[in-house]
Amino acid sequence: MKISVQHEDFDAGAEMRALSRDPRVGAVASFVGVVREVPMTLEHYTGMTEREIGKIVEEAKGRWRMMDCSVIHRYGELKPTDQIVLVAVASAHRGDAFAACEFIMDYLKTRAPFWKKERTAEGTRWVEARASDDAAADRWTEKAEPKRFG
Amino acid sequence: MKVKLLFFAGLREQLGSSGEEIELPAGVTTLAGIREHLKSRGGNYESVFSGKALVRMALNQEMAQPTAPVKPGDEVAFFPPVTGG
Repeated sequence: MKISVQHEDFDAGAEMRALSRDPRVGAVASFVGVVREVPMTLEHYTGMTEREIGKIVEEAKGRWRMMDCSVIHRYGELKPTDQIVLVAVASAHRGDAFAACEFIMDYLKTRAPFWKKERTAEGTRWVEARASDDAAADRWTEKAEPKRFG
Repeated sequence: MKVKLLFFAGLREQLGSSGEEIELPAGVTTLAGIREHLKSRGGNYESVFSGKALVRMALNQEMAQPTAPVKPGDEVAFFPPVTGG
């Protein structure tokens, strides 16, 4: 399991190849988040961030048959087209890898202590939390109806 | 008792502080109590902790509820809803 909170960019291909070295791995599912349109600065709570991501990964391991995973989240100043986050999950079969990857990403968005501040020509602006992100995370709890979010 | 306070993101900017060591008045024993104490400082603290904007809390780097009790040396963080990913 690799969890890294870093300013430096990452090589998603290299991370995924590292996850598929074990011959029992039959599927690696991944998600890469990218900065869209507006430059931003990402602040985080050093220490808590790593712990919180660790807890999310542990919860995913309890729900699906995951063999390994890699979660990398960047902080600091980022510009459009920069990669922000990678979640990659290795499993024997694709169902577990897809589901665990999506679960980790949904929980990361609502639980990991990161805050985005956009930098536009008019000035800077803290991004507001979105109800749709809470709804995406809630669909993994039993009370919620299964839904798809784009 | 003494605890360490941390403020993040928009909240940190509004308060003009990333945190402080604070000696809590007698009777302040929960996260909600600390929040009320900070609000009573007035000015920016009153507007941040007035309840108009959502403020999340963490106790020793774990998300926590307002009723959570605090003990000496605890790390208490206040921040807006998270927006990573």
